[in-house]
Amino acid sequence: MPSETAAGSTTVSKPQRVAFLPRDPTITLLGVLIVVAVIIFSLLTPSRFLSGDTVRAMAFQMPELGILSLAMMVPLMSGGLNLAIIATANLSALVMAGILTHLIQPSSSPLAVTEAILIALLAGMGASLVIGFLTGTIVAFFGVHPILVTLGTMTLVKGISVLTTSGTVIGGFPPAILFLGNGMLFGVPVSVIVFLVCAGIVGVILTHAPFGVSVRLLGSNERATRYSGVPTEWVLVGVYVVSSLLCWVAALLMMARFNSASAGYAESYLLITILAAVLGGVDPFGGFGRVLGLSLSLVLLQVISTGFNLLGFSPYLTAAIWGVTMILAIVIAVVRDRWITQLWPVKTK
Amino acid sequence: MHNFLQAFFRRHDVQIGVIIVIMGILFSALSPGFLTVGNLLDLLESYSVSAIMAAGLLVVLIAGGIDISFAAIAGVTQFLAATILVNVGGNWFTAFAIAGLFGALLGVVNALLIHYLRAISVIVTISTMTFYFSILMFVTQGRSIYNLPDWFTANISFLSIPFPVMVAGIVLLATLLLLSRLTIGRLIYGLGGNPEAAKRMGCNVAALQCFVYGYSGLLGAVAGIVQAHRVEEVVPNALMGRELDVLAAVVLGGASLSGGVGTVSGTILGIVLLAMLQNGLTLIGVSSYSFGLVTGLVILISVSATAYAAKRQRKRSVRHAI
Repeated sequence: MPSETAAGSTTVSKPQRVAFLPRDPTITLLGVLIVVAVIIFSLLTPSRFLSGDTVRAMAFQMPELGILSLAMMVPLMSGGLNLAIIATANLSALVMAGILTHLIQPSSSPLAVTEAILIALLAGMGASLVIGFLTGTIVAFFGVHPILVTLGTMTLVKGISVLTTSGTVIGGFPPAILFLGNGMLFGVPVSVIVFLVCAGIVGVILTHAPFGVSVRLLGSNERATRYSGVPTEWVLVGVYVVSSLLCWVAALLMMARFNSASAGYAESYLLITILAAVLGGVDPFGGFGRVLGLSLSLVLLQVISTGFNLLGFSPYLTAAIWGVTMILAIVIAVVRDRWITQLWPVKTK
Repeated sequence: MHNFLQAFFRRHDVQIGVIIVIMGILFSALSPGFLTVGNLLDLLESYSVSAIMAAGLLVVLIAGGIDISFAAIAGVTQFLAATILVNVGGNWFTAFAIAGLFGALLGVVNALLIHYLRAISVIVTISTMTFYFSILMFVTQGRSIYNLPDWFTANISFLSIPFPVMVAGIVLLATLLLLSRLTIGRLIYGLGGNPEAAKRMGCNVAALQCFVYGYSGLLGAVAGIVQAHRVEEVVPNALMGRELDVLAAVVLGGASLSGGVGTVSGTILGIVLLAMLQNGLTLIGVSSYSFGLVTGLVILISVSATAYAAKRQRKRSVRHAI
């Protein structure tokens, strides 16, 4: 018996080590595209694209979109979608901003400032938790399509933000918050570290934690998951709570970078997060996707945007090229699959 | 009789209709200005652009897809037509023809990508929306067109019905005929209800999808022209973000995201519900900042109630079967 399990574990661990290399076609494709893009841009703008300044600028721009994309990725993996991420992040930022600006006067002692920051963080987290729980409950227990529920929560949450602020901007935060957006730690922007930590946690949860495995199962086959004893309703609630919590982290970074909060920040990111996730190999029908793929697609989008920016192109053209990249990635995947089926017709099916 | 009434009130469009009537009574009691011909015409006029777009989206939803790009198509075709009108000149026919052709073409591009790449329609239309809109912003550099010809911006009305309402009426009527009287309408319901069955029946799925997305693009273009006529200018990003509002209205009207379900009458009721809500709230003096909150609540309650009723119905039928 023991020898059998030992043999079993060796046969399992071997392909796993190989799988760590880019055997995943999406990741290979993204890697190649990134290398090609970097080479082209370095040749076109010699000594500027690969300079420290450019790399640092890229590193400061990516984390917000990155964390929001993670917030989109988790529901996508469960076969759903969260259109309310931007609205959630903005409301949570407004709650935190309101508390910070009310509680902190220029004369407050450092202890009072710390206290206020803690209260603000907890309140912002609470706000996003409530939104996530509400969304998840309606999706799970009423059986409404996530697009519809999150369309509703998006409108509702943004409505609350607009109503309470009357469309104004709240700004002026203590340096501790601003450090998240502009600070450096060991030469790496703090926001990048925050993104890496979030990506790591989400990646580990999705691949190793029981909750993450349930999420992926749920995305592949909801009924089979329920019949195998997984409380699918509560897993779905968890999906939207996790997504909203990630929005809270994104809210912190956004506040820190703009030194303000408003009902209407980052709205153009909403659909871009779906593009980033799908480009990174997340299956929009649910069940499949890797955080590594998502991170690579974010790097690719950022390289394209920065490269075209250095070449003096309009940011609008960059967005158009993002759209084309997305379609190209689908085309390449389709062509590759057909090519494989023609070369090895026996292997598939 | 009792059973008949029960079945009648379980219909989605009847429920929405009842809500509209109750809301109408409430608003007219609270504000004397609500139930006047002038206000109702204003209400219809300001929502005619959304209604035209909604008709196109409805057809796509029934066919089992979704289109996010129609507002971007409206923006692109509006700009194209306006540029030609200003620099070359033309009349109503050329305006609609240029915009309509180009809009339908952009819609067909969506359909070809969706069909031949076997990609999910949300993703493809989000990509093309991003693409169309960014190209529009790049070409215009965000500049608006204000010097539209006088005949284009002049108020036109027939029997005191404003031009936008007329166009919306014609479009909705055409969509109704298309869906309920033509073979292609049956095929669209069939494709959305069960794609595999439609394919085996010998329906040309590629052509049908080109038609459906082309129709949505065409109506997007028509909406773009009507909107330019209404506001007397062409602002490149004026219609952005409209896609989700229109989606909300169509879904309120009972169309299902899984395809095969939806009616023109329901869509009209969905638009009227949202329009009345905002108009009524304005008239009774509620700040326009609260629109989002109220609209969001209405969407959430409506979709939850519909889904809950469907769930109970399923349980009941299972119990009957046992």
